[in-house]
Amino acid sequence: MLSIRNLHANIDRKEILRGINLDIRAGEVHAIMGPNGSGKSTLSAIIAGRENFEVTEGEIEFMGKDLMELSPEERAGEGIFLSFQYPIEIPGLTTTNFIKTAVNEVRKYRGEEPLDAVQFLKKMKEKMKLVNIDQSLLSRSLNEGFSGGEKKRNEIFQMAMLEPKLSILDETDSGLDIDAIRIVANGVNQLRKPENAVLLVTHYQRLLDYIIPDFVHVLYKGRIVKSGTKELAYELEERGYDFIKAEVEQDA
Amino acid sequence: MNTIELIKERYQQLQSSNGSSVLTPIERDAFNTFNTLGIPTVKHEEWKYTRISGVFNKEYAFNPESLSTTLYPSDLESFRLPGHQAANELVFVNGLYASQLSTIRSADLTVMTLEDASKGEFRELVLQHLGQSGKYINDGLNALNTAFAAEGIFVHVKKGKIVEHPVYIYNISDARSVNILAQPRSLFYVSQNAQVIITETYATMGAQESFTNQVTEVVVEQDAILEYYKIQNDVAKSSQVTTTHIRQVGKSLVNTVTVSLEGGIVRNNLNIAMEAEHSESHFYGLYFLNGDTLVDNHTVVDNVKPNCLSNELYKGVIDDNATAVFNGKIFVQKDAQKTNAFQSNKNLLLSDNATVNTKPQLEIFADDVKCSHGCTVGQLDEEAFFYLRSRGISEKAAKSLLIHAFAIDILDHIKPEAIRNYVDKLISERLEFTSNDK
Repeated sequence: MLSIRNLHANIDRKEILRGINLDIRAGEVHAIMGPNGSGKSTLSAIIAGRENFEVTEGEIEFMGKDLMELSPEERAGEGIFLSFQYPIEIPGLTTTNFIKTAVNEVRKYRGEEPLDAVQFLKKMKEKMKLVNIDQSLLSRSLNEGFSGGEKKRNEIFQMAMLEPKLSILDETDSGLDIDAIRIVANGVNQLRKPENAVLLVTHYQRLLDYIIPDFVHVLYKGRIVKSGTKELAYELEERGYDFIKAEVEQDA
Repeated sequence: MNTIELIKERYQQLQSSNGSSVLTPIERDAFNTFNTLGIPTVKHEEWKYTRISGVFNKEYAFNPESLSTTLYPSDLESFRLPGHQAANELVFVNGLYASQLSTIRSADLTVMTLEDASKGEFRELVLQHLGQSGKYINDGLNALNTAFAAEGIFVHVKKGKIVEHPVYIYNISDARSVNILAQPRSLFYVSQNAQVIITETYATMGAQESFTNQVTEVVVEQDAILEYYKIQNDVAKSSQVTTTHIRQVGKSLVNTVTVSLEGGIVRNNLNIAMEAEHSESHFYGLYFLNGDTLVDNHTVVDNVKPNCLSNELYKGVIDDNATAVFNGKIFVQKDAQKTNAFQSNKNLLLSDNATVNTKPQLEIFADDVKCSHGCTVGQLDEEAFFYLRSRGISEKAAKSLLIHAFAIDILDHIKPEAIRNYVDKLISERLEFTSNDK
């Protein structure tokens, strides 16, 4: 589904990603872990189409298409979804209006008829249950004054509404208490399908107790330095990132 | 004949044909002031960014009475505001009140010319309150309008009455055959414990140009409530200088919203004199400009008495080669302790050629007050833009949503639903145009 080859990227001429290789197939859950500043968020932003990074080398292919040729909105249309680490507050734009526009723009991209008000409401009601989100929250301005947990639930709600093929969750657990993590993880698990894939980006292992990954990769200094199964996550939790750093320095 | 000469000739004509009245001295003083001050140039501090003198390089027909009678009610259809079926409609044509085109539905509302009002039971009110804006606006244009004040109208809202039908004012320039100079003039008197909602628009008919130099003075008595909405969406070859001078002479509540979308040069002077303790005023503005439009909002809040609250928020979206000017003054006089006065001006620039000049000014002579002011000039937030696009929303739709979100909190202060929806529709149409354009 997603294939990243030798990806190099800069921001302000500083090299952040230094040759990433990653393959994600349908039905898989991958976790990318790593210490702060290792390039985790950069990687997710580049897949989603953020333009303030300069890709200097390498390629990203999604469902057989060259992603670098597509705008962020086209990528969303193709089925990529990024749950933001810090969802943006937009006063004056109601969450419902935002999501309705997004759903119908994506449908337009996919050559589908727009949902009318009744169909949209029905779909919304159905997905609201998944993430335990309240109607009153959706009538308010997008993320404005939402708690950390509400913002993240709203992200997962948007994901449910847009039905992506590849969901990238960027530090979705950061700043959440254990109950909030459980609700968010539960939503993500219910949305898992054999034809979809999930990429979890996280600093800590705890989210992986709730969303079990098939593969775990460790990102350090812009490279994937180690890959394994969920056991690798436990090892990291136990021993911290220092042992990885030590291993890398040794090899170098 | 050039326009200034024409104005002078007409002044002499009117003075000799109408004979003398109690308004004559007011008009004569104003005429002399106009002769002394002339048309403001950019050297005038308050006109630094707005070259209005250029407007006078053209020739205009000035208050040609013959033209105002050639309009039919059907000519007004396209200008009328939603809800007009249940509104009091006051129509000015080329600056003169056209009673045959106007409809007064509320018994609590009395409308007559200032000339007539100055002769009857309202004589004292007129003499007391007419021309007070001149104390705040020391320029030739204000004086020019006052020199012809008797042709204006007096609107009286009866004590203790809520005027249920909103008042719609249409300022129409019939520029089908010649350029038009119009000078509408009104004095509103909102009596004690009365309430009135006023919405005003401007429209130019025909292919010629128009220039409107308007002065509206409003007196708000104790326990009265005034809502005043101004919608400026006239054609690019129309220019306007509008002065709205509101005096809160008793403890009262004022809510105003000024929406400017289209025009050549548009200058709005909005003065609020808070002359009674515990008065409250809220004034909001939205300008959304494209093409070569220039909109200049000059606002003054004068806190004369203690314990007043004023809250001001103006927001602007400026595209293409358009220019916005904002100048907001807050005065807190020596006696006006415990004043709360807030002011904010926020601007969004959408093009490299768009310009904004913003200047907040506070002059505080009292020591126990709470005042704040601030202004921002920026572009669309990139983070927000990416957030929307990452959800599949196209660049143009994302831009529209963000601009609309920026403007919406001003629209929320337009309380009558019909008017709010009308303005929202104008803005949505503009957004469609803006985003298709790019």
